[in-house]
Amino acid sequence: MGYSVLICYLPGMHEFEITQSILDITLNKAKEAQASRVTEINLVVGEWSSFAPECIEFYFDFLGKGTIAEEANLHFKSEPAQLHCRNCSAVFHPQNTQWVCPKCQSQILEIVGGRELYIATMEVE
Amino acid sequence: MRKIEVVQNILGANESIAVQNKQILDESGVFALNIMSSPGAGKTSLILQTIAGLKDRLRIGVIEGDVASTLDAEKVKNEAVAVVLITTRNMPESCSLTASMIATALKKLPLADMDLLLIENVGNLICPSEFVLGEHRRVVISSLPEGDDKPIKYPMIFADADAVVINKIDFLPYVEFDIAAFQEHVEGLNPRVKFFEVSCKTGAGMENWCAWVQKEVEASAYKSASLNISLGGRGIR
Ligand SMILES: Nc1nc2c(ncn2[C@@H]2O[C@H](COP(=O)(O)OP(=O)(O)OP(=O)(O)O)[C@@H](O)[C@H]2O)c(=O)[nH]1
Ligand SMILES: [Mg+2]
Ligand SMILES: [Zn+2]
Repeated sequence: MGYSVLICYLPGMHEFEITQSILDITLNKAKEAQASRVTEINLVVGEWSSFAPECIEFYFDFLGKGTIAEEANLHFKSEPAQLHCRNCSAVFHPQNTQWVCPKCQSQILEIVGGRELYIATMEVE
Repeated sequence: MRKIEVVQNILGANESIAVQNKQILDESGVFALNIMSSPGAGKTSLILQTIAGLKDRLRIGVIEGDVASTLDAEKVKNEAVAVVLITTRNMPESCSLTASMIATALKKLPLADMDLLLIENVGNLICPSEFVLGEHRRVVISSLPEGDDKPIKYPMIFADADAVVINKIDFLPYVEFDIAAFQEHVEGLNPRVKFFEVSCKTGAGMENWCAWVQKEVEASAYKSASLNISLGGRGIR
């Protein structure tokens, strides 16, 4: 029995796909606002997100060429990681990789923040 | 100059394709497992063992995310009902499957003749945790030679897992791996996770694993599982 082969022209690094989404959202919003130029894009990236701002910038230069967002500046705001203690309900920022609730020492924890990746605002002309 | 409020999740595009994938799978009555691990932990081996254990009862198709070679697809092609290989030509560094890759692959699979879809993700413990595919269950394999600290180093992928398979337990006499401590760490982040201790080499633990897979497939035939894609900590604050 054989198998079919699918070739995906994704140039590695998962930021490529993400950067395309950033551009799509940006251009959509700019169109809705009847803007002629996008100057600033303000992104929020969680501390535990695996997306690297440098890679997003690199791909944005490439993908944005010829669009009204081609000269936009990307700004990245880091959102701190947050854990919720399932034992005492404390919400805290872990100090190191040994995750322990500072209030009750429990290790039964839920990740509640730090994996965000979204466009907060943008500036257009 | 004007400021526009956007507040839009960037992974939303991937997630809406994942939702569509899940609908397509549900309509065809196919249950999908997204199998993730670091390189070499045993994804292909677990797929082969699962097919061997269940092929008399379930019709199984496979998507191989072997981005750099055809080796894994070669290994499973004679065992599964159908295999689709997703590869990135000349660009071996792709680090995760994405929902759009699965959408394309689903078109090539005989879904009407399948009950179970096993998806081998790219060997990586970071990137696949960002991209939901439309799977029904997320499976992470950790193998003994890798050490028991993976949940500490890569917590996200373990926090989102439905099942964690501890593979290569035949290595127990030779390596330091505290299974109880490992499980405690994962459970701390993910209290509802199921653990399986297996060896894809000796076949140990395979009955338990296959029984779970079969039970999950059968349960889903009665009640389609909810869209399990809002992973903790990713919402907009
Ligand atoms: N001793 C032992 N070896 C195993 C076991 N499971 C897998 N292996 C071996 O580990 C190696 C890697 O297994 P694969 O199944 O190819 O792992 P993989 O996760 O698919 O690897 P990549 O696709 O390259 O990321 C192979 O040589 C397997 O024979 C096991 O339970 N015990
Ligand atoms: Mg493999
Ligand atoms: Zn606490």
